[in-house]
Amino acid sequence: MPQQANIERPAYLLLEDGTLFKGKSFGKIGTTGGELCFNTGMTGYQEVFTDPSYSGQMLIMNTAYVGNYGVNDVDVESGKVMIKGLICKNITARYSRMMATGSLSDYLIENGIVAIQDVDTRALVQHVRTKGAMNCVISSEHEDIAQLQEALKAIPKMEGLDLASGVSTKEAYTFGSEDAPIRVSVLDFGIKRNMLQCFADRGVYVKVFPATSGIGDLLSFNPDGIFVSNGPGDPASMGYAIKTVQDILASGKPMFGICLGHQLLALANGIKTFKMHHGHRGLNHPVKNLISGRSEITTQNHGFGVDQESIKEHADTVEVSHVNLNDGSIEGIRIKNKPAFSVQYHPESTPGPYDSRYLFDDFLNLIKKHKLN
Amino acid sequence: MPLDTSIKSVLIIGSGPIVIGQACEFDYSGSQAARSLREEGIKVTLINSNPATIMTDPIVADKVYLLPLTPESIEQILKENDIDAVLPTMGGQTALNLCKEVDELGIWQQYNVRLIGVDIKAIDKAEDRDLFREWMLEMGIPVAPARVANSMLEGKEFAQEIGIPLVIRPSFTLGGTGGGFVKSKDELEAALDAGLKASPIHEVLVEKAVLGWKEFELELLRDAADNVVIICTVENFDPMGIHTGDSITVAPAMTLSDTAFQLMRNTAVDMMRNLGNFAGGCNVQFALNPETEEIIAIEINPRVSRSSALASKATGYPIAKVAAKLAVGYNLDELKNQITQTTSAYFEPALDYVIVKMPRWNFDKFKGADDTLGLQMKSVGEVMSIGRTFPEALQKACQSLENNAIGLTSISRSRMRPEELKEYLKRPTWDRIFRLKEALEVGISIKTLRELTQIDRWFLYQIQEIVQLEAKIKEYKQSHSLPKEVLFEAKKMGFSDEQIAELMGDCTPEEIYTRRKELGVTRVYKMVDTCSAEFEAKTPYFYSTFEELQTGSDDILQNESKVTDKKKIIVLGSGPNRIGQGIEFDYCCTHGLLAIKECGYEAIMINCNPETVSTDFDIADKLYFEPVYWEHVWEIIEHEKPEGVIVQLGGQTALKMAKRLHAKGIKIIGTSFDDMDIAEDRGRFSDLLKELKIPYPKYGTAYTTDDAMEVANQVGYPVLVRPSYVLGGQAMRIVINDEELEESVVSLLKILPGNTILIDHFLDRCQEAEIDAICDGEEVYIMGIMEHIEPAGIHSGDSHSVLPVFNLGKLEVEEMKDITKKIALKLNVKGLINIQFAIKDGRVFVIEANPRASRTTPFIAKAYGVPFLNIATKVMLGDKKLKDFTIEKHLEGYAIKEPVFSFSKFPNVNKELGPEMKSTGEAIRFIKDLRDPYFRTLYKERSMHLSK
Repeated sequence: MPQQANIERPAYLLLEDGTLFKGKSFGKIGTTGGELCFNTGMTGYQEVFTDPSYSGQMLIMNTAYVGNYGVNDVDVESGKVMIKGLICKNITARYSRMMATGSLSDYLIENGIVAIQDVDTRALVQHVRTKGAMNCVISSEHEDIAQLQEALKAIPKMEGLDLASGVSTKEAYTFGSEDAPIRVSVLDFGIKRNMLQCFADRGVYVKVFPATSGIGDLLSFNPDGIFVSNGPGDPASMGYAIKTVQDILASGKPMFGICLGHQLLALANGIKTFKMHHGHRGLNHPVKNLISGRSEITTQNHGFGVDQESIKEHADTVEVSHVNLNDGSIEGIRIKNKPAFSVQYHPESTPGPYDSRYLFDDFLNLIKKHKLN
Repeated sequence: MPLDTSIKSVLIIGSGPIVIGQACEFDYSGSQAARSLREEGIKVTLINSNPATIMTDPIVADKVYLLPLTPESIEQILKENDIDAVLPTMGGQTALNLCKEVDELGIWQQYNVRLIGVDIKAIDKAEDRDLFREWMLEMGIPVAPARVANSMLEGKEFAQEIGIPLVIRPSFTLGGTGGGFVKSKDELEAALDAGLKASPIHEVLVEKAVLGWKEFELELLRDAADNVVIICTVENFDPMGIHTGDSITVAPAMTLSDTAFQLMRNTAVDMMRNLGNFAGGCNVQFALNPETEEIIAIEINPRVSRSSALASKATGYPIAKVAAKLAVGYNLDELKNQITQTTSAYFEPALDYVIVKMPRWNFDKFKGADDTLGLQMKSVGEVMSIGRTFPEALQKACQSLENNAIGLTSISRSRMRPEELKEYLKRPTWDRIFRLKEALEVGISIKTLRELTQIDRWFLYQIQEIVQLEAKIKEYKQSHSLPKEVLFEAKKMGFSDEQIAELMGDCTPEEIYTRRKELGVTRVYKMVDTCSAEFEAKTPYFYSTFEELQTGSDDILQNESKVTDKKKIIVLGSGPNRIGQGIEFDYCCTHGLLAIKECGYEAIMINCNPETVSTDFDIADKLYFEPVYWEHVWEIIEHEKPEGVIVQLGGQTALKMAKRLHAKGIKIIGTSFDDMDIAEDRGRFSDLLKELKIPYPKYGTAYTTDDAMEVANQVGYPVLVRPSYVLGGQAMRIVINDEELEESVVSLLKILPGNTILIDHFLDRCQEAEIDAICDGEEVYIMGIMEHIEPAGIHSGDSHSVLPVFNLGKLEVEEMKDITKKIALKLNVKGLINIQFAIKDGRVFVIEANPRASRTTPFIAKAYGVPFLNIATKVMLGDKKLKDFTIEKHLEGYAIKEPVFSFSKFPNVNKELGPEMKSTGEAIRFIKDLRDPYFRTLYKERSMHLSK
């Protein structure tokens, strides 16, 4: 029997710039803080909450309702909820889905997530849109502003923060069938489960390595190609990872990078990355593939990006393969004369459209071609 | 690919007269498409027989043909013009069917005209039930088991094979005409017969019924380069089995997981890419099994539709506008998002609000009709509402319906016992949503309700929350005792002040209003921007809601509707389409808005009908998509502080607000409230006529049956009995003796208890005529005089009327003109007036005067080719006098306004006509002279349909 959450308890949201929203408590009673970001997707909240790239983020869901169809054990991208806190207009405690196993409210409590609802999320999103990403705290235990401010001070800046090593696997593990014809080593900075599934579905046996693994570790699996995963945090702060990607390129193995993996590929080629004003997060971002001329609707989740100016200076080595149709930002690159490419968005989607799944096939084709040579 | 420059001239086919299943949404789409093509420098020629449309206006198209939608008309157009291509996807099923017929006759080929947007093969694949199934099976997309039958015998055979329950779906019909369920064996034959007869190719699909599955619709756009986007996903509140036009629908989908949604998205994208030559807007419907989440494809419509109009209004994304651009060669990724003007048109809108669409039915007009909702659409109009919570959107939709609902509460409470309610809820009816609420109120469980109605639990939970909050509100009696938290909660859930007051018992709506203003519980306005605030939007399209206010920052924009320093005029729209008040008023409002802009004011529109052009994102300077319900209208006025409000253009709905606006000291633009009231108030109007020595039929008013008999005998039988303040002659009867009178008064008081009954002497066998005129307070201009072909006794909306008069004598015409001038000047009319006359034995009687735009204003404007609405609005504003205009009428011969009915949807309904209006639409027909065979037939048969 679905239960009513304790929605009568007030909760507060305090932003770095002093803005205070009053709302209602949801999820765990407590205090939490981190950097604000917003996601415009209208479906797939459970997948989003469990996406390791959201590690450390205080997430605003723009859509009017979250929780309507409950949660289950399948629609997850990792073993636990990764967001730091949740801000919504309406979170429903009573759900409806025959295939669900429980309510979102119970799930958030189990995962220790503090959430606030009945906030004017639209005004809040507009604020973030104009002022840029900033830190905030949510509390359903303190009503005293001074206490909230105290908690707010304790939150570090996202810039310069290496969060990936924290969500990466501690031990290497394999995924897929051992007999698969192709082997891929994965450098894990917070990989989403469905990326591994996308490889397995295509007959790939993968081994996932911790973030700090070196080229020797990756090659020890005798891979046909190397995949560099997504993950949270500032890529520029990850010198060790940039070095590994340079080593991968030097090894001559085909390489595919997604999101953080894309930023690392850029950095490895001397291209700068930057902290975006308020990031791209949602399921509706238009991207044009400059090579095929086709466009795709993509799932995105990134707060850092590859610098457009900086890439022009490296036109001899790096080619832009994908651009964002809304703001012209860099969405994909290819390394000239090297079997390496990457995209800023999430072709594995979940949640989101399947338009870009072909990139996994492109990677396999690259591997096959490389093998023939 | 960029614009195909070989296309220089395009023909757009409209959808013809309004019938159930095909309403003004196609005027909205067609107008958008025409404007979109003209932006590209393409010449647009338009054909439609419906004169009340904006699309047939010179402001929209380069050349307009008001002709019947037949291959002959098409050929005439092709002969007279150099047309490169035809765009058939904007005029609904009618346009597609006509396009196909013309194709079969080889006419397109003969004149070297290309079909753009869609080709015949794609139309066939989508519209022919058999081809559709084959195609789906080929692609491996699941469909319900079914067989196509062309005869009774085949139908029966297949029915046996598939098993009951079944659905019978005729091919090539609109709004599900002729379709039906077979739930038991003895229903089979009748259902097959009806289906076969309804299909123009005598073909039906005998299909397994997936009763109780959930129904979803996806609105898509596809370009010639195979780019596909989903503009909107709509979830039907009602389960499979109820026509989507008769379902309450919700956007975005509320109960759809991403896994289930992506399955639908992938399937729909595959279908679109596989459809063949297609570039434009398309609708795909799916049914979802809630137990397994498997889906089946129900249908695909390769054209814009009622759903795409709704999706455009729901998301802000102008589907028809973009679809037209795709048809002439553009790709989606080459176009800009029209709302943000900076981002790409190739994207999928994200919503941060909830949309509820509710159909509006008119069963009261179709006595004897089966009011069970099913496969065949029966509603005549719809409303859309926007809120930040589902209960808010739902209750705002109720407030928009104009059937006295003040929220989900208290519309004609059934007072059924729980057992009766349970029985009643088994059958889907128009008032099911209200009964569901009653059922939850008396404690019937969600589980039982789910079993009875198969409506998803989530929606039932939401209604239960409304019920729970009602109980909380009822704990308080006086407004001052109502705590802020409860009041705020109630407003966030969409409760109107009137509803709260009624629940509390001991206070008035005004007291609730005052209380909440004291407590700061006031509306904020949010923008519909296609992108959930991710990007800055430039389009001023707003809805109201209630939000907790933040503190600590001055630059947070909770109320996004910034008031400008410009002088503003608000135009009130006419709400949902219904019989007696439809597309004509959208035409009037659209022209009104444009004229207001021309005069340098900021034009602000308020309406809740998603099918309208006047609520398109770029017609008014500012659009409030809100119920035309006092509380909402008033708070917008409070916020905007306009110079005045125009109530003349939005039919009776808008006019009705004049009294309260006047009482609040708001300026009514044009004719003053008091003068309008004289025309509306029977007693005051008769006094005026008496004073002006203008004859009128004897009349009296009554409150009881006894009074009524006395009055009737005084004025003399036959008499016309009617309630006051109703639309389209609702419940109006002609009776000839006391016995009939009693019967009619009793039934009238049953429908409208406490209403004043008007009794007029009925001028038997008289001739009817009407005049529309513009008056600037000094001068009166007669726009047109129409003579009805049918004798008095048939509602003017249901009569054929001829412009100008064809039979009446010169003296009678002069008399009518003279009377019109006298009345208009006496009433100080500033703007429009319509006067209805009865002519008997050479004497002219005045039946009524309407101090507003009438149903016939657009017809006259079209027939004469004069922008009368533009002139009238400028006169209303006082910006111009009549003498400032040079008016030239162009009409050779006569124009006939032909009423169009939707009786085919109600097979058991008496088709006789009387004083109560029943037609849903109209067509215009031009004749050279009175020898015209069409006219001669009409004239000969003029008394045939008279009920009395």
